[in-house]
Amino acid sequence: MSKNVYVFTEQRDGEIQKVGIELIGKARELADALSQDVVAVLLGSGIKDKAETLIKHGADKVIVVDDPMLAEYVTEPYTKAIYEVIKAGEPEIMLYGASSIGRDLAPRVSARVHTGLTADCTGLEIDEETKLLRMTRPAFGGNIMATILCADFRPQMATVRPGVMKALAEDAGRTGEIEVFPVTFTDADMNVKIREVVKAEHKAVDITEAKRLVSGGRGIGNADGFAMIKELADALDGEVASSRACVDAGWIAKDEQVGQTGKTVRPELYIACGISGAIQHVAGMESADYIVAINKDETAPIFEVADLGIVGDLKAIVPKLTEAIKKEKAEQ
Amino acid sequence: MKIIVCAKQVPDTTEVRLDPVTNTLIRDGVPSIINPDDKAGIEAALQLKEKCPGSTVTVVSMGPAQADVALREALAMGCDEAILVSDRAFGGADTWATSSTIAAALKKIGDYDVIITGRQAIDGDTAQVGPQIAEHLGIPQVSYAENLEVEDENTLVVQRQFEDRHHIIEIKTPCLITALAELAEPRYMSVGGVFDAYREKEVKVWGLADLEDYIDTANIGLKGSPTRVAKSFTKQAKGAGEVFKDLSADEAVETIVAKLKEKYII
Repeated sequence: MSKNVYVFTEQRDGEIQKVGIELIGKARELADALSQDVVAVLLGSGIKDKAETLIKHGADKVIVVDDPMLAEYVTEPYTKAIYEVIKAGEPEIMLYGASSIGRDLAPRVSARVHTGLTADCTGLEIDEETKLLRMTRPAFGGNIMATILCADFRPQMATVRPGVMKALAEDAGRTGEIEVFPVTFTDADMNVKIREVVKAEHKAVDITEAKRLVSGGRGIGNADGFAMIKELADALDGEVASSRACVDAGWIAKDEQVGQTGKTVRPELYIACGISGAIQHVAGMESADYIVAINKDETAPIFEVADLGIVGDLKAIVPKLTEAIKKEKAEQ
Repeated sequence: MKIIVCAKQVPDTTEVRLDPVTNTLIRDGVPSIINPDDKAGIEAALQLKEKCPGSTVTVVSMGPAQADVALREALAMGCDEAILVSDRAFGGADTWATSSTIAAALKKIGDYDVIITGRQAIDGDTAQVGPQIAEHLGIPQVSYAENLEVEDENTLVVQRQFEDRHHIIEIKTPCLITALAELAEPRYMSVGGVFDAYREKEVKVWGLADLEDYIDTANIGLKGSPTRVAKSFTKQAKGAGEVFKDLSADEAVETIVAKLKEKYII
């Protein structure tokens, strides 16, 4: 009899990734609806001391698989560990972040376990009547949404993109169980060899973590247009983001791209400057708490999702807005 | 080296529009293309072949009869052989059943060193079928390849892209690689290639009867799919906000600042 909501909580260089904490928040809600427990699964090397934080963020139990082979992500050892955890615990539901790691691992696990997997879910809820997991995801580049069920196989599995679910606040008083789960690895499990790990240059704040984002689109004109976007972002203590058009044009790095093929963001403020608002872009930013759009084309679809739309010339408005915000802050 | 590429024919989703009245997808007149990541995979396969003389490239697609066009295009780019896995019984498959079916076709081919799939298709965006095929075949995989080099006749070196890093990974054949669109810029079909693709080369069609020895028929099509679409719908438009036209730049700035203060953002 399958039971409990499991979350694969990924780590990189021994640091728990935010998406895992977000998923524990969602898993808490699902487990409560089923009157079951949230079990976080943590794989790594020398990782056990990080388990406590998962409990403080909502897990009832943490299963730790600790082995030097799990330090850096490799498909087979990770698949084997998750497979054995699933076989032993028979979870009802298992969630993964839709990161590079989760999107490599989860399909491999689904094929090995013989169960379904729904990718990049934006909504997860328990059906009141059947108690099945209703998994909702965008398809056709975000043009339609589909709700998917996995009625006959367990666990019901889904991946969720970073930034889509909300983490619970840390509760220092929460307690739970930490179980070290033994998995025996052999050399044959390491069926590829990592020759080199090259980390991208660390930037100050990832756009998925930023509270305020000022985003530039084709309408800013050229790469230099990002200078005024950056000044406004600085005045707001925020970060610069972009639409795909600017990345394709080579004006800005792919790392700053918001949308279906970029990142999903949910800042408290998103200012879209010269972004038309193609559905692929909107899919990555519509969950922002407050959206301001500045665009000279009044028919631009971005105005359909904006809380505040300004039809006008961003090159005239943005620098003045930067000054006005600086002035406001100086007066406070 | 025997190279197999899996490619899918997809509607060009950047051209898909919603009917404003019925809120349904308008697919009429939307062109079908080879999925971009898969097309990069075809190019990478052709480049591998050029580096390893004596290699062959077989392209495999699962889909309806119309996918013949996509396979002819792959042949015109230079692939040696094309197989269309197509049967009414395969219809309605989710990623699990799709990967099982494609894996059965690859088992029937039997002999391969490298399988290349695209990372994900633009209609579904799941990125699941590549890794699932590798699992069904019991071979190792490297996803998100942005560079691919041949080390020796049974070793590849792949650069794998992650969000915050990349890995240089050594992998032995047989193996499966999933290609990012950045892996290789696809070549154009040559005139001679197009001629050959339609006159000289054939697209083999394999149906259920051809694969029966390689797959449990309980694992195909809609009935072999662990997941089902319960409903599909167009997104609820968010409650429209306020849009201001004809404001001067100063008025626009005043309006924005006032709103941000009201929301306690500044």
